[in-house]
Amino acid sequence: MKTLRRILRDRALVAGLVIISLLVLAAVFAGTLATFPGDVTGFDPGARLEPPGPVYYLGTDRMGADLYSRLLFGARLTIMVAVLATAVAVLIGVPMGLVAGYHRGWFSDLLMRVSDVFLAIPQIVLAIAIAQTLGPAIQNVILALSATYWPFWARLVYAETRSQRNETYVEAAVAMGASPFRVMVLHILPNIASSIIVRTTIGMGGTILAAAALGFLGLGAPPPAPEWGRMIAESREYLPQAWWYATAPGIAILLVVIGFNLLGDGLRDVLDPRIRRGADGN
Amino acid sequence: MARRLVWVPPTLFGLLLLVFTVSHIIPADPARVIAGENAPAEQVEALRQRFGLDRPLPEQFLRYAMDVATGSLGVSLYTQRPVLDDLLARLPATFELALYAILISILAGVPLGVVAALRRNGWIDQVIRVVTVTGLAIAAFWLAILLQLLFSMKLDLLPVQGRSAGWGPEPITGFYTIDALLRGDFETLGDSLRYLALPTLTLAIPATATIVRFTRAGVLNVMSSNAVFYQAAMGIPRTVVIWKYILRSALIGTLTQIGLVFGNLLAGAVVVETVFAWPGLGLFAYNSILQSDYNAIMGFTLFTGAVFIGVNLLVDIAQSLLDPRDR
Repeated sequence: MKTLRRILRDRALVAGLVIISLLVLAAVFAGTLATFPGDVTGFDPGARLEPPGPVYYLGTDRMGADLYSRLLFGARLTIMVAVLATAVAVLIGVPMGLVAGYHRGWFSDLLMRVSDVFLAIPQIVLAIAIAQTLGPAIQNVILALSATYWPFWARLVYAETRSQRNETYVEAAVAMGASPFRVMVLHILPNIASSIIVRTTIGMGGTILAAAALGFLGLGAPPPAPEWGRMIAESREYLPQAWWYATAPGIAILLVVIGFNLLGDGLRDVLDPRIRRGADGN
Repeated sequence: MARRLVWVPPTLFGLLLLVFTVSHIIPADPARVIAGENAPAEQVEALRQRFGLDRPLPEQFLRYAMDVATGSLGVSLYTQRPVLDDLLARLPATFELALYAILISILAGVPLGVVAALRRNGWIDQVIRVVTVTGLAIAAFWLAILLQLLFSMKLDLLPVQGRSAGWGPEPITGFYTIDALLRGDFETLGDSLRYLALPTLTLAIPATATIVRFTRAGVLNVMSSNAVFYQAAMGIPRTVVIWKYILRSALIGTLTQIGLVFGNLLAGAVVVETVFAWPGLGLFAYNSILQSDYNAIMGFTLFTGAVFIGVNLLVDIAQSLLDPRDR
């Protein structure tokens, strides 16, 4: 009850939760909410580039498809890419950080140097190289993003594990004869989970921005997939007349990323009151 | 300091290994990727022979490393020029953009961050917070299109895209604004600034948001430190404490973030240069993607990584010179 009240008092957290819930609802009920579900991948030459109005809420695109319906189905794509790419990055980064932070020696050093090299290239640049090598497809975007984002979690978990390593409770568990695996997973991991949750929430926003950029550059899901970044790229040919074309997907990306960032900030305040808001740049 | 320098060669080697992995090991058939989807089998085989892609991987890597060490990043399949030449020719355009974006974001970001911290939770802090949250969440390519739509297409105040109305000034540094200034050609200078305005602004907005957040957090940290508490207890006026102690450490803190911000700028440049047809590294990368120009993309990745490592090293050196604790 106390926790719930604390959550509700945090305006950032509530705003983030509301936005993300709306995104999830839009994705789940895309088929019901869409006014022209058949339009999403179809071609309707009679309705090309219609401005927003009572029939087409957000206007139509160059194929005559209803942008509102496309946005709803695009939400599914956005969630899928963000969740899968982040999940893979977490599943690679967290174990690596745990092992490297718990043990000391050449192997730990090597793991951290490897993550340094990945961080030495701007993420989107490496993602471009990987996505280009693999070809334009949604699973390749997920692969490219998780391959470039795992070091963030490896770094975080490494630092946190290092600082927990000398705590009394770890020493006690080791003295009781717990195996390193048991200490890492059952003792250290629960104690650093809140940082991982916060980082993952904010990371979702970053992943969505990066995925949209890849889509914009033509490296995302091939057309006619309703990918938000690609929709903005397509709109460029029809400016300035079709001003609504880029507006709708752009606002959708903005809101969703703000949602995850606010949620992450709010979770940090609730889960870890020691850290002041905005203490790091994310 | 020396420690930082020692890590540069292994990091560069790691970068080389990483790009090699992406270009030679991930694709099932690199020769097929280089030749393109529709190339005939003989052509693919010829490429395999020519680039030694049928050799064992260690041998391939050695060959690749030797090539890179001697400055060869291969030939662009599209421009038919050495990739390194293409990249070097476009570097000044991207650097000029990044430099102005960084300047603007520091000039705007540091004061805003300090004000937000001093007026913590006041209305001005709230406004700045809303703006930075938005600035960090906006897709750079969308922001670019919005600015283009408003300032170029609707208001007709600034050029839609490109770097110059003509050929640009006779090159000295490759920075149009500096070259125009050096030659005393103020008309070209004005022209260059008009073309710079929108892409610079697009890149500067998220960068400013990052710097505001770091500066605010840094100042709040210093304000709650014992040193400042002590100064205040000694009866030193608040304004003096703020100017002398808080700003100084806030600036040092901001400097550490410039490496990070610069990386974001290089990444942002790919999409921003694409929208504004700015003839830098980013547009080169985009065109290479369109043409499936394999050598060019791998060269771009390696080159950008190396530039990024170099910039971070420079930031580290600058920081150790400025920060007395590091001496």
